[in-house]
This record gives sequence, structure tokens and C-alpha cells, in this order.
Amino acid sequence: MLAGPSRTIGGTDRRPWTFYALGALFFGYMVFLYGPMAAIYVLSFQGENGGVTFPMTGFSLVWFADIVKPGQMANVPDSFGRSMALAAIVSVITTVVAVAAGLAFRRPFPGSGAVFYLAVASLVMPSLLVGFGIGLGFRLFDWKASLFTSGLGAQLTWTLPFGVLAMFAVVNRFNRSWEEAATDLGASPWQRLRHVTLPILMPGIIGVAMGAFTLSYDEYARTTLTIGQKNTLPLEIYALISSATSPMLFAIGTVTTGLSFLIIGVTVTLILRMQRRRAAATLKVG
Amino acid sequence: MSSTQEALGTVRQVGPTRAWPRLRLAPWMVSWLQVGPLALILFVLFALPTTLFLVVSFFDYDRTGIYPAFMLDNYADLVNSPATIRVYLSSMKFAVIVWAITLFVGFNVAYFLVFHVRSNTVRMVFFLLCAIPFWTSGIIRTIAWIPFLGRNGAFNQALMGAGITDAPLQFLLFSDFSVIVAYVHLFTLLMIGPIANSLAKIDPALIEAARDAGGSRWQVMVNVVIPLSKTGIVLGSVLVFTQVMGDYFVVKAMSGGQSASIVSALSTEIQAMQYPPAAANAMVLVLFTAIMVAGMMRIVDVRKELVK
Repeated sequence: MLAGPSRTIGGTDRRPWTFYALGALFFGYMVFLYGPMAAIYVLSFQGENGGVTFPMTGFSLVWFADIVKPGQMANVPDSFGRSMALAAIVSVITTVVAVAAGLAFRRPFPGSGAVFYLAVASLVMPSLLVGFGIGLGFRLFDWKASLFTSGLGAQLTWTLPFGVLAMFAVVNRFNRSWEEAATDLGASPWQRLRHVTLPILMPGIIGVAMGAFTLSYDEYARTTLTIGQKNTLPLEIYALISSATSPMLFAIGTVTTGLSFLIIGVTVTLILRMQRRRAAATLKVG
Repeated sequence: MSSTQEALGTVRQVGPTRAWPRLRLAPWMVSWLQVGPLALILFVLFALPTTLFLVVSFFDYDRTGIYPAFMLDNYADLVNSPATIRVYLSSMKFAVIVWAITLFVGFNVAYFLVFHVRSNTVRMVFFLLCAIPFWTSGIIRTIAWIPFLGRNGAFNQALMGAGITDAPLQFLLFSDFSVIVAYVHLFTLLMIGPIANSLAKIDPALIEAARDAGGSRWQVMVNVVIPLSKTGIVLGSVLVFTQVMGDYFVVKAMSGGQSASIVSALSTEIQAMQYPPAAANAMVLVLFTAIMVAGMMRIVDVRKELVK
């Protein structure tokens, strides 16, 4: 992520007092971040007759079973599937478009300012309003709003600017002499992109893809007015909260977190392996 | 070797001649090919719909439909309503408080991660620890505070267990306090990311030089580190500010009906199919946000800093 040489100030073994102060702040922030999460992880194992608050009335797995039980008011597995499918598509489109745009912005071109500010505007626009505008447009033309048309479009206005900003950070750390070397060795622009630029940028690109996936998977306000009939998971959760709260919501949170750890574990392993391979290759060359 | 120029798009043919004639594009054309999809998508899905509700905001409406017109009544109604002023003030209050807290926490956490953590692996793990809750739905993360802060919640139990208080604290949940807590919980990461990115670009030698020249910790912070991380600070501030102003869910869930947010008021109008006043309301919010963001972006040329 922020790989590179050690950036620590000083480098002596004695830590300044600020280290302990900031370390304490970081620890406090972690407690703040995970405290309520811990509460919902515990409460998702609430007893059968228990409610959404403490105390626990027992220990059971019924709330996890509830998630997949058919015939509930909400269909969590189906909406989860839709969310995953939408997030995957959003992630692919965002990655391709944002990586291309990130490469484009490396040199000045006419209109670059306009495109940049269009992206910033799209990013800072209050989310519900984007959905409102797109929904209004669809209504005007009598098109049917649906998950993979208007819903997908509304989410892209959110994930793309994020992807582009992230790509700025990624291409900033890219050393252009690699490309020059490739060109000097006779690579065509396509070969240079395929075998030099993209592999070097790959950890950052994976980051963009994951980020876009997360943003899409969790997106609520932009999707709500553009989704049509079938809900995504966040909308389903929202509907559940408005109707009746049960520890099942917390069980969903626990499962989501478990899945996140799994995905992150796999991705980190991939990136680490990529870095190790690259380090090995550098050693051989050097 | 004039390798730099060649890297900029046009390439001298070295290998065997190709079957098809080589297309030579000017560098700016290559850039436009690369940026084209982004520009097109944002234009169609963002610029056009925004223009559309600008137009609709001048329309007339009644219970059965909306009618093309050019009237300012929607705006007049909005500006003359005391509820509008109240909800903007309340949102501004939340935005400023949350901005100050997330900036303080976010900057210091980012500084700790970038400058104090020595091992790259530990740093990566700490970053992930910051990011992992982000993977859980924001709605669930918001309502996670309810069992934590409630009357019989974990926090009150801990306080009473430790003998700090005798009775459960009431102000913790369904109050301005809980709204702010939930915002900070949701949005601090938006501060940490850009600031850490800016801090990581600072050459540690600069900081050492400042220390060697006799600068105190505080002077180095104020005169070297903060100016060099302005881009991240501004970017994070813009993100946090606009997220709070555009919030739809947190105020609704955490204030217990005591406060409203601008957008939740607006969504009531949308649900009632009163599109023109909703559009006018939306335009006012967009203008307001745009002015605030433009003001923040004036402090630093974010674009120049990011692209360079």
C-alpha cells in the first residue's frame, strides 16, 4: 500500500513521546471502530427469544438460519446475489475506465481540466440527488428503471471518480523510465502497456477494483431511486430496519464481516506473492 | 537517445514491419481515447440528469402531474420556509463538528501509520484494520451503535460496572451525540486515506533537515508536514463534508426523529411525487455544496497536486 523504504523519522531505537501519544490515539480509534461492531457480532448469536439489545437471553444460531430461511418478508440470499453481481460488473467497468483515464491524465491534453472537475462534481454531489436525476430521466423517456441499467449507471457516477482519484495516487508512484526502457528495447505501445505498465501498476489496480466493489456493494442512496423492482442487499436491509428489527440484521453484519476478511485475506496474499515474485525477479536482474 | 519523446505515444518501429500501416496518433488523441469512456459516462449519467432536474425545478405541478413552465415559485416556497433554514443550519452544525473530529483523528492516525510504524507489513495490517469495517454495510454499522449506546447498552453497562455512573446515561442514544458518533465512525476513513497518501509522499529527509535546523516538533509539524499534506487534508475534508451534507440515513436512524437532514426532507417530497419542489430543493443543495467545495478547493490546487 505505502510500500517503499522505511519512512520512519530518526531511526534510532528510542521512541519519542509522540509515538506513545499517537499510538494511544490509534489504539483508541481501533476500540471506537470495533467496539460497536463487537456488540453486533455478539448479539448475532442472541437466544431465540432475545431482541436487538443486551442482555443476551441465550446462545443460538437461529438468526443465521433466518437469513437463508425462505418465506420471510425479505429475501436476503437473492438480494445478496444481485448485490454481488452488480458489484462485480461495477468493479470491472470502473477498473477498466479508471485505469485508462489514470494513464491519460499523465500528460496534459485539451479538456483535461473539464473532465477532472466533472469527476469531482460527480463525487461530491449528494448521492440521493444523482439517483433522483437519473430516475427522473428514465421516467421522462418512459424507460423502465432496473438494476443493470439505471442502477448500474447511478453507481458508476460514484465509483468512477473514486477510481480515478485512486489511480492518480497509483500512477504518481510509477517510474516512467520503465516505459522508456521498454520502448528503447523495441516494444510496441501495446507490448509496453501489456508487459510493463500494467504489471507494475497491478497492485494499485487490484486496489481500485476492490475499492469499487466495496463502494458498489454498500451503496444505498444512489441506488434507491434507480433500482426498479428488485432490491440490492443494502436496500433490503433498509427495508428490514423500517419494518421490524431482529438480531438477523446483526447476523447479516457478522456474515458480511467474515466474508470481508476472507476476500481481504485472498487479495493480500495475491499482492504479497506478486511483490515477492517481483522482488525475486529484480534480484535476478540486479 | 530521445527516449522521452518516444515514450509519449509515438514509437519508432524497430521490429519486423507490420502487415498493416501503423497508425500514428498525437499524444493528446491517445489521452482522449483513454479518458473518453470516463468523460462519456459522467456526461450521460451525471451532467445530463443534473441539467434535467435543474429544468424540472422550474416546472409547475399539482397532484396529478408535472407541467413544463418557467416559474420561480418552487424556489420561493423553499427559501421562505423556516424549515429549510432550520434543516440547513442543523446539517451545517453536524458537518462542522464531524469535520473537526475526523480531521483531528484522521490526520493523527495517518501520521502515526506513515511516520511512526516502522515495518511495512505492520503498516499494511494497520491500514487494513482501519478499512475492514468499511466492508460491512454502512446501515448495519450505523445501527450497531444502538445496542452499544442504548439504556441497557454495552457502554452504559461498562460505565455502571466500573462504578463511574449509578444510572444509565440517557443522552447517549437518539440525540445529536449519537448522530455525530455514527458519522465519525462512518467517515473517518475518508480522511485517513487521502491524508496518508499525502504524508507518504513527503521526503523524510525534509523533516530531518527541519529538525537539524533546530525546529521543534511543533514547528516542524506546522511549517513542514501540514503544508506538504494540504492536498490530502483538503480532499478528505471535501469528502467528509459532502457525505454529511448528503446524508440520508444516519440522522434518520440515530436522532430518534429529533433532527432531519436536508436529503431526508427531500426524499419525502420525492416519495410524494412532488418532483418540481424536490428538484428545486436539490438544486439549492447542489449549489450550496458546490460553493463550499469550491471554497475548500481554492485553498490548494488539488488537481495540480494530484496529477503531478
